[in-house]
Amino acid sequence: MTNLSSPPTVSGLAKGLTSVFLGLGVLMAIIIVAKTTSAPFAFHGYIMILAFTLGIVAILNMGFGKNGRIEAEASPAGVFYNDSVVKAGVIAAAFWGIAGFLVGDIIAWQLVFPSLNFDTAWTNFGRLRPLHTSAVIFAFGGNVLISTSFYVVQRTGRTRLAGEIAPWFVFWGYQLFIVLAATGYILGITQSKEYAEPEWYVDIWLTIVWVTYLLVYLGTLWKRRESHIYVANWFYLAFIVTVAMLHVVNNLAMPISFVEPKSYSLFSGVQDALTQWWYGHNAVGFFLTAGFLGIMYYFVPKRAERPVYSYRLSIVHFWSLIFLYIWAGPHHLHYTALPDWTQTLGMTFSVILWMPSWGGMVNGLMTLSGAWDKLRTDPVLKMMVVSLAFYGMSTFEGPLMAIKAVNGLSHYTDWTIGHVHSGALGWVAYVSFGALYCMYPWLWKRKALYSLKLVNMHFWISTVGIVLYITSMWVSGVMQGLMWRAYDSLGFLEYSFVETVEAMHPYYFIRATGGGLFLIGALIMVYNLWRTVRGDGDAVPLAQAVPAE
Amino acid sequence: MSFKHEIFEKNPLTLLVGILIVVAIGGLVEIAPLFYLENTIEKVKGMRPYTPLELAGRNVYVREGCYLCHSQMIRSTRDEVERYGHYSLAAESMYDHPFQWGSKRTGPDLARVGNKYSDEWHREHMHDPRAVVPESVMPGYPFLAKNDLKFDLISSDLKANQMVGVPYTDEQIKFAKADLMAQLDEDSDDYDAFQERYPTAKVRDFDGNPQKISELDALVAYLQMLGTLVDFSLYNEKENNR
Amino acid sequence: MTHQDVANFAESWGLLLLFSMFVIAIAYAFWPTNKKKFTKAAYRPLEEE
Repeated sequence: MTNLSSPPTVSGLAKGLTSVFLGLGVLMAIIIVAKTTSAPFAFHGYIMILAFTLGIVAILNMGFGKNGRIEAEASPAGVFYNDSVVKAGVIAAAFWGIAGFLVGDIIAWQLVFPSLNFDTAWTNFGRLRPLHTSAVIFAFGGNVLISTSFYVVQRTGRTRLAGEIAPWFVFWGYQLFIVLAATGYILGITQSKEYAEPEWYVDIWLTIVWVTYLLVYLGTLWKRRESHIYVANWFYLAFIVTVAMLHVVNNLAMPISFVEPKSYSLFSGVQDALTQWWYGHNAVGFFLTAGFLGIMYYFVPKRAERPVYSYRLSIVHFWSLIFLYIWAGPHHLHYTALPDWTQTLGMTFSVILWMPSWGGMVNGLMTLSGAWDKLRTDPVLKMMVVSLAFYGMSTFEGPLMAIKAVNGLSHYTDWTIGHVHSGALGWVAYVSFGALYCMYPWLWKRKALYSLKLVNMHFWISTVGIVLYITSMWVSGVMQGLMWRAYDSLGFLEYSFVETVEAMHPYYFIRATGGGLFLIGALIMVYNLWRTVRGDGDAVPLAQAVPAE
Repeated sequence: MSFKHEIFEKNPLTLLVGILIVVAIGGLVEIAPLFYLENTIEKVKGMRPYTPLELAGRNVYVREGCYLCHSQMIRSTRDEVERYGHYSLAAESMYDHPFQWGSKRTGPDLARVGNKYSDEWHREHMHDPRAVVPESVMPGYPFLAKNDLKFDLISSDLKANQMVGVPYTDEQIKFAKADLMAQLDEDSDDYDAFQERYPTAKVRDFDGNPQKISELDALVAYLQMLGTLVDFSLYNEKENNR
Repeated sequence: MTHQDVANFAESWGLLLLFSMFVIAIAYAFWPTNKKKFTKAAYRPLEEE
């Protein structure tokens, strides 16, 4: 094949402009440190000074003394793919995954043994729970999405990522966002809007990073060498642009001062509630669903070595899913002070949403038709197929729980927690694990993973963990919902609130055990991936297996 | 060939615009009317903005993530109304930036917890929840009584609230700091002025330690007023049906 | 603006808009001349890199 692109170079102008931009960031951070009355904010100022300075050094160092040439290897087809930033992304994903699962299991045990809160400000459930949700959704899920999307858009478009500095800015900028958000929660900086806890300055930073992400993605699509944009990219693009919209609108707020972390949300009460759940439910719909469907539409066909079952279905799936999801938010607010018409609208669309969700599941599963035997030999494919099964299960359960009568029982209980985790552990994490198991050997050019046996072990241990988790939460959720509304023969409420808390104890124990198993499984994965990078076991470096070109 | 190529190169932007249009519709239809339909917020008697001390307490509540285990939204079902009191109205959280309705009840709803327990109960409960409720799984918050409340900037807090629509008067903003201290001391010189600015506010030392203005003072003041403002004897349910 | 105004709009123009969006999406997906393009696209992930 001929050279499809020339070796990449970075322009001096881009280096200069980005450095100036980061330099301004350093200046602002210095002002914050000097003026703020908040010690945690000053701490964040120091982190920003350090991060931006390191960023300037790294940017100035790019292609230094080599006329701006960037080290890159041509693929067999002659494309200089930017795989370094993808490698960084999959490493970060593995790291944050373990961190997020660990904190999740810690807070699960806190609900079993409250003394594990240690009654300090930094270790109590209220501060650690956002740490868990942000770490798994945004740090783990976000890095999986950024790295896979960068991989997929390059491969399906047969071109290198747009920009040299920008993709790295997205990667490191996103890690900085995670560090600021996470340390902020522990130190008490939060606006307490669920899944949107970071304060105004972290939100602004994320907006800058996210818009750059959108530009890199669009730029790469723009210079692609394939006429048609492959459908996985549609899902990624919808994820990126919709998350930008949700993030900006839901986080509109008035800071009390530009050198203080505290702000007050622009909206209040019922309007704030619906804006928040418009955001919250579509964090599920676009971050945790559309983005991961992008993964599904690339990695399942690739791993199964068959084209997607129906490309037409994927198009109908795409437009119907993104159109319908946006309406579903009000089902988080049934029987509340939200006007009834909004609740009804939210319920209706949530139920209709079942159709495109299952359309996508069928499309993924049927991709394997005629290749089902691969499930016996390839535990990675098995993991992805089971992720689709969990996707189907939780997208059936979701519409069910959005029906007002059902929601009346399930809302405020652990049933919600169980539902979220059947989606998060079964669907999002499993399809992510599948993608990571694919990408490590591809990126580090290994013949295979270090050990498929360990993948199988990971699969079974975590599946048992998920089953323990969701069944215990179903039982405790339904039980608590029923106890809250139980009446005795004299027409009085039968149980005091604390009696229902006491009844949860054994289920919280089972849940925490299940979460622990899930964590152990993920640790096995990280070990396997690490040995793959080292080139041990079956992970023979390809240069040795095949003569170099 | 070149023409065809050009059309395809424009594709990502067409796709982007298409996506934006499709995802904008649902939110616009559901959220925008809430700002314009006149009956979204019920007409009630008794709602007032938080006093500076209550607002500071609410900020402690927000900081500690209490909403992760406690809702502040009583749904309109028989058992909830019997357990917690009158179902919550939109009007009751119209000054809440952000709202704290919550999504999970690991602990009970707090929308009407005001006046249900004594200050002393709250103090003990915050210090060690299991000392008063043995089966509780709530973390202890002993540090709240030890931490001095930071309120040098409380005027800026009221000012920011005013800018996002809470009807604080300029006078309330100006005297915010004095009002915060006055609410803790029945004998203070500012007592009358404070009562005039916040007629229904409760004035006493909430944390049981007059030597200190602690975070616990603010939090208990906030908890003790939750759900107590609206006068339901004057509330017309039929008129506010929507 | 009252609830009735919003409902009236939803039942007329709103309905028309949503239905036409639905028709456009289906037409695009099932348009016969698009078939070849889509079949080719489906094989994209499997091709050599």
